[in-house]
Amino acid sequence: MRRYLVPLLAACAAVGLAGTLYLVFYVTKLEQNLFFNQKIFYWHVPNWFMLFSMVFLCGGASIGYLVKRDPKWDDVAFAAGELAVLFGAIGLVTGSIWGKAAWGHWWIWELRLTTSLILWLTMLGYALVRRFAGPGSEPLCAGLAIFGMVNVPLVYFAVKLADKLGQASAHPKAKVVAQLDASMKGTFWLSVLTFALVCALLFLVRIDAIRDARRLRAVRERGLDAGILEP
Amino acid sequence: MPAEPAAATCSAGVARRTTGPVGTLRLVAAVAGKDLKVELRSREILYTMALFAAVIVVVFSFSFVKDQKALVAAVPGVAWAAVVFAGTIGLGRAFEREREGDTMRALLLSPAPRLAIFAGKTVAIALLVVAVEAVVLPLCLLFFNVDLGAAVLDLVLVLVLGAIGFAIVGTVFAAMLLRIQSRDVLLPVVLYPILVPMIMSGTKATAAILAASDADAWFWIKFLAAYDCIFTVVALWTFEALVIE
Amino acid sequence: MLSSIVVEKVSKRYGDHRALAAVDLTLTAGSVCALLGPNGAGKSTLLGILSTLVRATAGTVGYLEGERRRKLDDRLRADIGLLAHSSLCYGELTAIENLEFFATLYGVPDGAARAQTLLDEVGLEPRARARAVRTYSRGMVQRLALARALLARPSLLLLDEPFTGLDRGGALALGARLGQAKADGAIVVCVTHDLEAIAGVTDHVAILVGGKLACDERDPAGYSYAALRERYHAHAG
Repeated sequence: MRRYLVPLLAACAAVGLAGTLYLVFYVTKLEQNLFFNQKIFYWHVPNWFMLFSMVFLCGGASIGYLVKRDPKWDDVAFAAGELAVLFGAIGLVTGSIWGKAAWGHWWIWELRLTTSLILWLTMLGYALVRRFAGPGSEPLCAGLAIFGMVNVPLVYFAVKLADKLGQASAHPKAKVVAQLDASMKGTFWLSVLTFALVCALLFLVRIDAIRDARRLRAVRERGLDAGILEP
Repeated sequence: MPAEPAAATCSAGVARRTTGPVGTLRLVAAVAGKDLKVELRSREILYTMALFAAVIVVVFSFSFVKDQKALVAAVPGVAWAAVVFAGTIGLGRAFEREREGDTMRALLLSPAPRLAIFAGKTVAIALLVVAVEAVVLPLCLLFFNVDLGAAVLDLVLVLVLGAIGFAIVGTVFAAMLLRIQSRDVLLPVVLYPILVPMIMSGTKATAAILAASDADAWFWIKFLAAYDCIFTVVALWTFEALVIE
Repeated sequence: MLSSIVVEKVSKRYGDHRALAAVDLTLTAGSVCALLGPNGAGKSTLLGILSTLVRATAGTVGYLEGERRRKLDDRLRADIGLLAHSSLCYGELTAIENLEFFATLYGVPDGAARAQTLLDEVGLEPRARARAVRTYSRGMVQRLALARALLARPSLLLLDEPFTGLDRGGALALGARLGQAKADGAIVVCVTHDLEAIAGVTDHVAILVGGKLACDERDPAGYSYAALRERYHAHAG
């Protein structure tokens, strides 16, 4: 059954992406303020959802790994960490484009943007360490992920409280999704679903690759230790 | 095996406890004392850090000059940038130095608990950062023409809390990266995002003190203290989990 | 006091390079084991595993006190003394300061007095003891490193090439000191190329070749220089 899951997800995701694009460009109404530029919202927000869910998955799996010491948890953390970097990058770029259209700036230091940037940088560091640290570094990476996760609320509150006396945030409020027109809402949630499918698909593919690499390494190590394999 | 094995075979002298909380504190003090003693003999890290910090302050304050006076609003950023960058150098060098003579191996080989060793290093690094801050603060006050009066003590408190936060997070990360290749490049990459709340609250507190708004300043000082406490707990927990293999 | 150490099927691999392959070895108290072999045979790696600092990728090492198996914790390390290629001492501190620091770490009472006694034993001249270690010659550093290894009266003494840098008199003195440790009931493992120096005290010969144990022999009467040389050439070529 597992063998069919990846092609199935891929097919669904492809359909979803095509469908969303069609809906976004041909069906949904133009938004009052930004008109055409607002359409990037359909890609931007789902990517942030994916980023945050991947970050918490990575942090949670890291805690699980340190407690249970089972490599499967570490595989999950590894895959989740990499995907967090990917979706975060897309989110930052799309957000920047939207920001330029909406506020006239490619970047401003407001609450959500700052927190997301720091979070993304943390995950980037995580991905780099995983890539360059070599074998035996799993507990270290788990520790990093945990520190990063604890850091998120601290950064969030630091920026929020710093802005307390500053001007109101230029970022659209959270309620904006609930206020959407019916057609836009439908398209939006379809877009979220599509990106969730893409995320799940990439996650499964990546975790399979990680798991296989780890198992191959383990078998090779057993062979070398037993003297059967020559280095 | 008894807690003090040497006491069984040695007839003279009083065995000093190395177990239990008192013993651990004694070990922490011994490691920190050794680090500082070694540093004071050569003063290499101290001079490098202090000079680097001073150069940063001078260069930055020069960049913000207007009408022959440096912009006071730049003080928090300049001061904290200098402290963090110089601190990172000191952090790297302090662990690098244990590679000469392979003394890190000697420390890990001893019966001293790993936690005590790294706690000792944390104390030593915190003190080194405070020493750097003792250079940065007067220079900033001088170049930016700031007169604080009694409020200087508040600023000292902020700097000390910042040094503690830096030392805790920095030492944990440097220790975690000890056996990793590419550690020199990776340390700043992974450390700085985690330091962001500390830098933010430090700069906000400094700015508030300069603007003489006490309520704000104390809010940020409390935030900084909370940061220190939270990450001490996280550091202790992950350290234990990392060591139990 | 440790009574024996049992190494069972220990392997160590660094990435692709196999340093040790399924080594079986038993060490007993009151003996000096000469661990011999060509360069790169895995001798230092085995010593590292015995010191608990290096983790074997396969196999186990049992530290036995009679029938009881010791736990691999902090207290076990108090019974292990290591003399390595590097000095394991702080160059900026003096010999006395180094030994006093490690005495604190190992819980050795009256560190200052013990330091002086040990330095007398290893033959470090009194005038040098208050100088920074980085001013020492290789031989002086070696003497200090030996004193550091003996500080806590370890029941497992591991030495990696201890005779390098020592003159004839120093080598003889070291040999005698190892004999004394053996008489005190310690387990001594000495990696060396200097067969002549170790000949007087060795009663256990282990030869590693290519990560495998090629020879594991005991003789309570001890091995002469000629006997050691003959064994070495027979197995290590």
